Amino acid sequence: MQKAAALVSLRILLKTVAHPRKASKDLGPAPSPDDEFLKDLHGSFQVRQVDAGSCNGCEMEVHSAFAPVYDAERFGVRLVASPRHADALLVTGPVTKNMSDPLRKTYEAMPEPRLVVALGDCAKDCGIFKGGYGVEGSVSDVVPVDVHIPGCPPHPQAIVEALRGFTGK
Amino acid sequence: MNAVAHLLTSALVALVQLALVAVGGPLLLGVMRKVRSRLEGRVGAPIYQPLLDLRKLFTKQRMRPRESSWLFGAGPLMLVATVVCVSAISPLATTRPPLGQSTDFFAVIFALLLGSVVLALAALDTGTAFAGMGASRSMTIGALAEPALLVAILAMAIPARTSNLPALVRSGLSHPALIASPSRVLALASFLVVILAESGRLPVDNPNTHLELTMIHEAMVLEYSGPDLGFIILGESMRLVFLLGLLVNLLVPWGVANRPGALFFVIGLAALAAKVLVAGVAIAIFEVFTAKMRLFRLPELLAGGFVLALLGAVTAVVGR
Amino acid sequence: MNHVSVLMTALAGLVAAIAGGTLPARSRVGAAVLLTWVSCAAALVAAVSVLRSGHAIVMSTSKILPLTGISLVLTPLGAVFVVAIVVVALASTLYWLGYADHGLSTRSASSALPIFVTSMILVPFAGSVATFLVLWELMALTSLVLVLTDQSRREAARSAAQWYAVMTHAGAAAILLALVLLSAHAGGQTFAQIELHARHLSGALRGTIFVLALLGFASKAGAVPLHVWLPKAHAEAPGPASALMSGAMVNLGIYGIILVGNVLLGGGPVWWWLLVSALGVLSALYGALYAATSSDLKRLLAYSTADNMGLVLIALGASGMFAAAGSHTTAAIAMVAALLLMFNHSLFKGALFLAAGAVQMATGTRDLDRLGGLLKRMPVTGVVFLIGALSVAALPPLNGFVGEWLLLQSLLHALPSTNTAVVITVAVAVAALALTGGLTVAAFVKAMGIGFLGRPRSEEASNAREVPATMQLGAGLLALACLALGLVPMLILPSLELGARGVQRVGVPPPVRGWVSLHLFALHGVLAPSLLAGGLVAAVVATMLARRVSHRRSKPWPALAPAEPWGSGRRTQTVRMQYTATSFAEPLQRVFDDVIRPTRDLDVSPAVESQYYVERIAYRTSNDDVIERVVYQPFIAAVRRWGRFARKLQNGSVHRYLAFGLLALVVVLVVLA
Repeated sequence: MQKAAALVSLRILLKTVAHPRKASKDLGPAPSPDDEFLKDLHGSFQVRQVDAGSCNGCEMEVHSAFAPVYDAERFGVRLVASPRHADALLVTGPVTKNMSDPLRKTYEAMPEPRLVVALGDCAKDCGIFKGGYGVEGSVSDVVPVDVHIPGCPPHPQAIVEALRGFTGK
Repeated sequence: MNAVAHLLTSALVALVQLALVAVGGPLLLGVMRKVRSRLEGRVGAPIYQPLLDLRKLFTKQRMRPRESSWLFGAGPLMLVATVVCVSAISPLATTRPPLGQSTDFFAVIFALLLGSVVLALAALDTGTAFAGMGASRSMTIGALAEPALLVAILAMAIPARTSNLPALVRSGLSHPALIASPSRVLALASFLVVILAESGRLPVDNPNTHLELTMIHEAMVLEYSGPDLGFIILGESMRLVFLLGLLVNLLVPWGVANRPGALFFVIGLAALAAKVLVAGVAIAIFEVFTAKMRLFRLPELLAGGFVLALLGAVTAVVGR
Repeated sequence: MNHVSVLMTALAGLVAAIAGGTLPARSRVGAAVLLTWVSCAAALVAAVSVLRSGHAIVMSTSKILPLTGISLVLTPLGAVFVVAIVVVALASTLYWLGYADHGLSTRSASSALPIFVTSMILVPFAGSVATFLVLWELMALTSLVLVLTDQSRREAARSAAQWYAVMTHAGAAAILLALVLLSAHAGGQTFAQIELHARHLSGALRGTIFVLALLGFASKAGAVPLHVWLPKAHAEAPGPASALMSGAMVNLGIYGIILVGNVLLGGGPVWWWLLVSALGVLSALYGALYAATSSDLKRLLAYSTADNMGLVLIALGASGMFAAAGSHTTAAIAMVAALLLMFNHSLFKGALFLAAGAVQMATGTRDLDRLGGLLKRMPVTGVVFLIGALSVAALPPLNGFVGEWLLLQSLLHALPSTNTAVVITVAVAVAALALTGGLTVAAFVKAMGIGFLGRPRSEEASNAREVPATMQLGAGLLALACLALGLVPMLILPSLELGARGVQRVGVPPPVRGWVSLHLFALHGVLAPSLLAGGLVAAVVATMLARRVSHRRSKPWPALAPAEPWGSGRRTQTVRMQYTATSFAEPLQRVFDDVIRPTRDLDVSPAVESQYYVERIAYRTSNDDVIERVVYQPFIAAVRRWGRFARKLQNGSVHRYLAFGLLALVVVLVVLA
């Protein structure tokens, strides 16, 4: 009985390795970056995620975007721990009063050339939290935003498509 | 004329071996990440992705903490310089590397230690709490891993009557029985534990963690950017390739060029690449199924490595 | 010629002391230093001529000391020690010129320091028991005076001086007993006579003499468990004095052990050397551990001295054991390794203590938790400390690494061996060497990193300025010597081999040779420190060029931007958020908690309203020396108790005292009969 169970798990393991699960919809051809900055990236893009006050809905979608099925890593994108290692910030949520200084500091800690990607409707215009007592403003009120990914929350596919635009893969 | 030709061939051998280690480092990193991705059920980044990462990093801006001194920039330089120096003179693809008569195992290990020490000092120079934590933990692990390492070298050097690295590799080729001897196997098992500790792999340290309080080595490099970061990633991956190369050449020396000639050297390079690839993939598979050990349980692991090395040394003396 | 230089050494030292004691304040230090240099130069001339020719210098006179006379003999072994001491003395006295305003320009200090230096230089010259003991005592007394120069300022200095006085005299008593036993039974006072007759003594007597001498000399060298005075005295002594004590005086403990064990007694059974090695292993591990967990800069250096002397003792013990077991080549290598370790230690410990003295002068504190950022404010001192720290950690391309390598080679090539003691010692020694090496690396990364790097942790540290040029030069000379010996060890190795050969019973050809790469004679072991250094330099230069070339001129941003340190975006990042020495050592301390047993004091004051609300918490932890706490303090307490009990006998009655006198007389008469 145990031998059969072991054999079954080995088969599942081998199948996982041989056929990793990919998104069922074809993601289409790679976008070609024409910006000089993007050409300098040479297909490598490191992202530092900053939660400036979100409800964590966007975080769960980012987590899905880097997990099996959507797998942003195969396009050369990677999450890093320190802004000094990053090319771009991935900011979620409206910027709360407590997080405005830290967000600014995180942006200034990045080496040039640097970008900011605002994720979700809250990052664009505070979404449903507009006017809240703890909310300072949208992300573009605190740091300059280069790309915005709309949605509440955005679909992982949309996140991956946007990130592909930077690496050209 | 003969001397000049000899000098030129030695320089060429050194450069080619060095180039293989330098390119192989990021490639091995890519392979290990790919293995992890596949076992997690994802496709994962292509194997050459770390090379693209490095290429991009060298075009980025360098930043340094405002109150740091010249040591901050010296950290990455020394890390790369030490591993470059030892890779050129070690028996990786051939048992007669340039300056091979003076390639002592102890000298190689202490040279790598110099790189680690300067990196730790550079981390303390940033004046941040995380870097200090990384330096403290890194030095503690280094201090506890050193007994295992030196006694393992002793265990391997006793039967061969020398601590000269090329001679140790050659002794494996000329006396195959030596490789299967319990002393060498135990010593190499201990060496593997030390390699995992010094390179910051699981179960000692998780290289992919984002939680600063769980970092040991990553915490030291949080402050580096641009070419400095590039050098650190390159240096660390080269170090892993170099140590794995020594390990596989001491355990399975067949394929290493033992006679002069370009053909043997090329075979040696290919054998090195293949063996290190196998070792790297094995470590990557092991890492997927292992959890990171609690920091204060690490002395037990390193003590276990020391016991293995001590057993190896004892069997080397007794079993003659 | 040689006799003249020996006389000059003693005379110049004497005149220097007189000058230091009598001249007015402005010129006394300068005159004393100049005359001390003359004395050192004369000694160096004598030592170099001995090492060149291989013949000893012999002088004696019966005039100066009554009853025994003075006998001076400089053998190649002694010459090696003289050179080591002279180098440290030259650098320290140069440093003293700049340090003098810091309390070391008093009459007592200015006359004590020259006598201290001269007596240390002359100890290896001693050729008879009386001469040796007189010089030894002179050295102890003058160093005591130097430790006490800051007495008015610090209570700790007074306590340190007390411990030092008692322990050095207890050690001197043991040495006195051993040497007196030797001369009484071997029929003569001079070392030459003793050497001739010592082998006829019984094994038990030889063993007793060796153990007594070992205890006395090992205490001076700082071997655990007789080391308790060392962290106190070396930490409290002023800059140049602590450099001299740690860099030169402890060597004489080693000299004494070699003198009694190898020269006078002519070598002994394996258990002698087992004892020496055991002391060495204990000292190395204990010293390294306490250095790694200490947050006082000079205490850390003092414990590191105990650690390094432990390594020298391991090498000496290994050498004696290999000789007793019959493998004379490895015994020779081990002895050369011991002398090299000793010489290297003088250089790098001298440099480290001089740099630490400079830090203390510039900031007023020795506490690592209050230092930081000094590399930018005191660049030369910082670099000197860096070179010293890399040397202690035995990293290439500096001199500490060569000594460590040589010791490892001697241990490695002794195996395989049929002698069980040798096998066990080698295995334990290699493990101990490795662990102390690792702990020392951690200790000095801490000392350099927390003390000199990062941001200044206090007002005093941020106001630090570089010290005067003479102090920089003195410390810098020793650091340069470390670098030079690391690149070309052959500069000193032939002299060490000559010194070692004089000590061996069975002569072997020089065991280590080669200028660019070191070769072991008849064994397979090669090291090329200069080539390794060359490779490192080339690699560093290449990497630097690659980094410089990588920046594109076309980009609008600067290649290197100074920025706020990244602290997870925290609003305020104070200097107090950096790691301190205590926190740096905390993981190691936790591992070795059962050995160190730090005392912990936690004081929780609850609020008045309710005991569940805490108003104030005070936490204090201290790493006192555990051997002092567990062995010495109970002993001192017992002595005190016994003294209080004995006081009852002192009731003031003359009749009782007379009765005691009569009783004592009766007992003596009975014993004599």
